[in-house]
Amino acid sequence: MTDTAIEAAGLAKAFGRRGRRRALDGCAFRLPAGRVCAVVGPNGAGKSTLLALAAGLLAPTEGTVRVLGAHPAEVRERLAYVAQDKPLHPQLTVAATLRLGAELNPGRWDPAVAARIVAEGDLDPRTRIRSLSGGQRTRVALALALGKRPEVLLLDEPMADLDPLARHQLMGTLMADAAEHGTTIVMSSHVVAELEGSCDFLLLVGGGRVRLSGPLDDLLAAHTLVTGPADGDLTPHTVVETRSTGRQLTALIRPRGPLAGAWQSAEPSLEELVLAHLRAPEAPALHLNAPVEAAV
Amino acid sequence: MVEYRIDRRSGVATYLQIVQQTKQALRLGLLRPGDKLPTAREVVAATAINPNTVLKAYRELEREGLVEARRGLGTFVRRALGAAPADSPLRAELEQWAERARAAGLERDDVAALFTSVLDKHFKGDQE
Repeated sequence: MTDTAIEAAGLAKAFGRRGRRRALDGCAFRLPAGRVCAVVGPNGAGKSTLLALAAGLLAPTEGTVRVLGAHPAEVRERLAYVAQDKPLHPQLTVAATLRLGAELNPGRWDPAVAARIVAEGDLDPRTRIRSLSGGQRTRVALALALGKRPEVLLLDEPMADLDPLARHQLMGTLMADAAEHGTTIVMSSHVVAELEGSCDFLLLVGGGRVRLSGPLDDLLAAHTLVTGPADGDLTPHTVVETRSTGRQLTALIRPRGPLAGAWQSAEPSLEELVLAHLRAPEAPALHLNAPVEAAV
Repeated sequence: MVEYRIDRRSGVATYLQIVQQTKQALRLGLLRPGDKLPTAREVVAATAINPNTVLKAYRELEREGLVEARRGLGTFVRRALGAAPADSPLRAELEQWAERARAAGLERDDVAALFTSVLDKHFKGDQE
């Protein structure tokens, strides 16, 4: 039993001829087991590459990524990965797809879990995959992934092209699985709002690097959103981003000691934290190590 | 059984919303001693919030002595809050009073202000 779900050190991945395009470079983070982790960043930031490396579908150009304390290929049956385009066989029925899941995962497959996820979506098992809607297809892909009873579940943009109801239902399904089995869930998204409330760990990827990592509450608490006069002095605090309108200055800072002067301060929301870092690509990285969780 | 309603825009921490809604249900008698709270799985399946948030709320309720976790069985209500269940005579009187206030032409905000000032007078320093 290991308390680390995923750990990366000096992780880099280059694509193209002679590896000219670096999708990831010098990535380092540690994700404790049992967390629901959001991987956030702009398009092309390297989120999908990071997930594919963790799934063992890509080999790193440099550095290492370890899942459940081992090379991803060694723990393949204990992790599940759902790619952005949810690849399923279009000509198979829902029932046949689940039978395939059972046959590909001997000894691990939990037919009840898979059947329940499909049933919650009001899906007829005899329907062929190709005639399903985007939301229904995502539901089948998740049934296939969760039916395997993975310890680590990697989801690349799982909620893209889903309507709000399907999003809510599927997020509920994921959270229920985490509650019941302690599954570590890692999901990427560029819609930050849909992750708020569900995720308790954040990886902010930008420019091929991990710029923020840590328990979400700790990261939010480490930042303060301040408003004050445009000529206000923010030393000695670390300033992530400032914006001024007329005589007023708004800034996201990492406070060092008490705030002096006429500043109004508030804790940022997840969206404010992420947006400020995306607007300020030069801001220093911050990695907060998760404390060892007490058994609940 | 209570059903939690999570408002992500309220600015109130999610776990506190669960604590407050549980207390409200206890006050109104919708939850009574011996009743079982929904499991973390049931709450998160319906609300899509993080399971740890539910556990944190239940720990807080336990710390206040309102509920107790029984291993392998679930979380149960230990005691009721207040003495004004949904069908009490006090509620009926308040209903009549609210009807009279409305008939007298008071608006919702007027009534709320009036009620709050009376509460403040009689329950001064009685914060929970």
